[in-house]
Amino acid sequence: MVTPVIEIPADLQSYWTELGCGFPRVAEMFPDCMRNALAKLSAEGVTAYIEHARYLGKMGRGAEPILIFLEEWPDTAEIIGEDSLLDIMSFIHKMSRSPNSKAIAPFLQSLPATARRLPTRDQLSDYLSIALDMMERTTSSVHGIHQTFPSPGLPEMFKHIATLLGQLSLHGLKNWVDYGVRFYNDHPDRQAEYFGLQSADSLAVLQRERHGTLLVDNERRLSLYLRGLWQDEDLLIPYSCAFDELRKPIPYFDKLGIRLPDVYDDAHGLSGLERYRATLAHMMGHRRWSRAIIADNLSPFQRMATEFMEDSRVEWLVMREYPGLRRIFQALHPIPAEDACDPEKESGVRHRLTMLSRAILDAQHPYKNPHIIEFAQRFHALMQQGEASTQAIADMAVSFVARTRLQSDNLPNTHFADTVMDYRDDNRHLWQFIEPDDEDESLKEERKIEPGDEVKGLPPRHYHEWDYNSQSYRPDWVSVYEGLHPQGKASDIDKLLEKHAGLAKRLKKMLDLLKPQDKVRIRYQEEGSELDLDVAIRSLIDYKSGAQPDPRINMSHRNDGRNIAVMLLLDLSESLNEKAAGSQQTILELSQEAVTLLGWAVEKLGDPFAIAGFHSNTRHDVRYLHIKGYSEKWDDEVKARLAAMEASYSTRMGAAMRHAGHYLEKQQADKKLMLILTDGEPADIDSKDGRILIEDAKQAVHELDRQGIYSYCINLDSKADEYVSTIFGKQYTIVDNVAQLPERLPELFISLTK
Amino acid sequence: MTNKDQYKVGKEPFYQAQSDEVELYEAAYAARLPVMVKGPTGCGKSRFVEYMAWKLNKPLITVACNEDMTASDLVGRYLLDANGTRWLDGPLTTAARIGAICYLDEIVEARQDTTVVIHPLTDHRRTLPLDKKGELIEAHPDFQLVISYNPGYQSLMKDLKQSTKQRFVGFDFDYPAASVEAEILGKETGIEVSLAAQLVRIGQAARNLKGHGLDEGISTRLLVYAATLIKGGVEARAACRMALVRPITDDADIRDTLDHAIDAVFA
Repeated sequence: MVTPVIEIPADLQSYWTELGCGFPRVAEMFPDCMRNALAKLSAEGVTAYIEHARYLGKMGRGAEPILIFLEEWPDTAEIIGEDSLLDIMSFIHKMSRSPNSKAIAPFLQSLPATARRLPTRDQLSDYLSIALDMMERTTSSVHGIHQTFPSPGLPEMFKHIATLLGQLSLHGLKNWVDYGVRFYNDHPDRQAEYFGLQSADSLAVLQRERHGTLLVDNERRLSLYLRGLWQDEDLLIPYSCAFDELRKPIPYFDKLGIRLPDVYDDAHGLSGLERYRATLAHMMGHRRWSRAIIADNLSPFQRMATEFMEDSRVEWLVMREYPGLRRIFQALHPIPAEDACDPEKESGVRHRLTMLSRAILDAQHPYKNPHIIEFAQRFHALMQQGEASTQAIADMAVSFVARTRLQSDNLPNTHFADTVMDYRDDNRHLWQFIEPDDEDESLKEERKIEPGDEVKGLPPRHYHEWDYNSQSYRPDWVSVYEGLHPQGKASDIDKLLEKHAGLAKRLKKMLDLLKPQDKVRIRYQEEGSELDLDVAIRSLIDYKSGAQPDPRINMSHRNDGRNIAVMLLLDLSESLNEKAAGSQQTILELSQEAVTLLGWAVEKLGDPFAIAGFHSNTRHDVRYLHIKGYSEKWDDEVKARLAAMEASYSTRMGAAMRHAGHYLEKQQADKKLMLILTDGEPADIDSKDGRILIEDAKQAVHELDRQGIYSYCINLDSKADEYVSTIFGKQYTIVDNVAQLPERLPELFISLTK
Repeated sequence: MTNKDQYKVGKEPFYQAQSDEVELYEAAYAARLPVMVKGPTGCGKSRFVEYMAWKLNKPLITVACNEDMTASDLVGRYLLDANGTRWLDGPLTTAARIGAICYLDEIVEARQDTTVVIHPLTDHRRTLPLDKKGELIEAHPDFQLVISYNPGYQSLMKDLKQSTKQRFVGFDFDYPAASVEAEILGKETGIEVSLAAQLVRIGQAARNLKGHGLDEGISTRLLVYAATLIKGGVEARAACRMALVRPITDDADIRDTLDHAIDAVFA
């Protein structure tokens, strides 16, 4: 093998010797890198540069690290300062001493991007400590002594750090990293997916931690804004601009609604909300004043000019309506420098049009170009006469293009700097094409749904789940599928009622005693419980003055009915199939009897009442089965469903409670009661940490509480005290003797609603 | 006899006619027809009645109705005194005796059984029986009954009986058109027309939100308040926030939107 000899220039020879590096590729790069470094670094900086590069070269990881370092450091140092090098090198030392040395190259590669986002030494060292922490936690060991397996997520994270830091604050990054480490530490492939921004989870957490003003949080405000200031309304549909680096999507509206970015950061001294409002105001201007014109007769340049000037026109009209928007538009509109574009090398069409647009918007514009000044004046003269029209603007735009046309306009390089107005929509509504578009044909083919592929049942609803470790929700973690419970024989339930005829009679008496609580005063009674003073005095006056006194001087009270909506949620997990202690019946059968009696009793009281059962088979499949709905009577259909009650799978209580809560919440009642009948603690086969589901159920109880729903647990597990009080506080009863359940459940209900 | 002049409207109240309502009212009064005035709060209902009373030079007796009002609060009652009892005329009776215009403001606030006492006065009989006193009052030839209510917050419980409604001729009031409203603000408070137009614009933004979290839009009355504050030297934005936004809503989103409307209108 012949190694080509590379000449190191004489003036750099001493550095080269000091570097002591034998890689031919390094030698190729060295002179350029070194000259760059000499130009950008201080004398001490250069010494450190050589010294650390030497270390990287001798590390035994090939030429990659030293190459990247030599190339990237001088530029990076310019941004964050040379003293950050110590922090960076100590981080690299640590990486190289762990099994993670493969991540060094991606780390060095990501440095310039990182430095641009985190331009101070403090921020950078915070970032390094987050990365270090993650590295230590994800590097696994087999016997607990040596760290043997490299972190699968670390290199992935470095590859995506530019995107991440673009959207997250350091604090958000830390939360995002924490989440990934916690949930995917035992699954290397998933971990790599998470940190490579491949998994849905990862994106969801990223979205949650983003900085800026989210559209979803402000939808109502913006709808009110549209309605109040523009007498318009439309669907606001967010699109994500996080993952499309090349082509940033632009806001637009069509007949389906208004598309806006899902998040706006504060910028140009304006809040995100103000930017949303500016975008909407601009669109509203188009909706009010723009009319589509025919595009086919105009060249692309003429169209572009028309769009720019039409944008200016609608903004002019918008500002005539609401002058306060001028401040916002002026802040958002770029001010391109007049000489920024070199007409010899690049096409200046956008640049000229942006200058014209600025000149129209801002009377204090800095431009000297006579055409710009003339057309700005012509524009204002046109607008002084009234609203003008899209067509009039198009005519002016055509003459502007004709007047300012340059040979270089056709150059492939377009000058883009400072010509982007991200609050303006893409003007798709402005054009009407007569010639059919070739591309349209392919889109017209209708998509067919294969027969038999239709979705059965309702689509799942997703619920968050509380994670006590991080004190945060796991977004859309649980899928709840709901459906009607299958039916059995209704007569079985009637038999059960006959069996408990004696108990039913006793319950009936208790129900009759159940005094509803709202008292209403009834006045003008001849007989009643109290004297109504106002009426009595009036009668006395009548009597004294010789008129006919009104004898209805008493008042009484009437009870204005109960107003309680009840939801009974049944745990239908596998454990219900066990025989109850001291009884021949299974817990399921006893529950069935108890629910039958309760259903009968509540029907007698006339409270709105629903029954549903649930069980779960991992977080992806929580079944929620309707047995009785609020609008259904206690009839044979309901009884038939109750008769077919079956038990299987596990108990993921929180999701079921949230789902039941969303039904109960819609009931119009003063008091809302959710009874949960269960025989054990919340558990599921995909949850290793038992406390997670308990804490989640506790959180669900808090959420229900906030919605004004009182939850109450009837637990059949005699050892339940500890967890059930964690979840429900004091709102629970443990029924030790399960055989008594049919009696206890209706009694409990009655005493709860007394 | 009660002193009739105390009920006269002394100085001409400012009223800006929106269309031909003044002539129509005069015609109704000439025929002594009872009049009903409907419209949102603060749009000038009471001001209109006051103006008409001044224009016709008749006394005006106003009663603000409320839920606890009874028939005897309108008609009158016996009071106890040292020598036994004494009859005291209620406002409706007084108006019928002296020939005044009796104005029952927000009539739906009164209970329906109370409002029935006005029935004999509002048809061809034009009498008011005082059954407790055993007297039948023939209404004075100048007497006229005017009621007002706001259909905006009409609930199922707060509506007039058909038998009551069908005794009146009606005027439907609404907030004036923008240019008229600006003129009203200008004349009422002396602010410049351009400023008045800006205030009206804010008012309209709020009126568009009616039913979407606001029960009522910003009334002309509140706009007058804001204009008065500005005239008194308060900075325009602050005055608008204080007079137009804070009173009408506790909803943070709406408040925010209206605050923005103020900023957008005042450049």
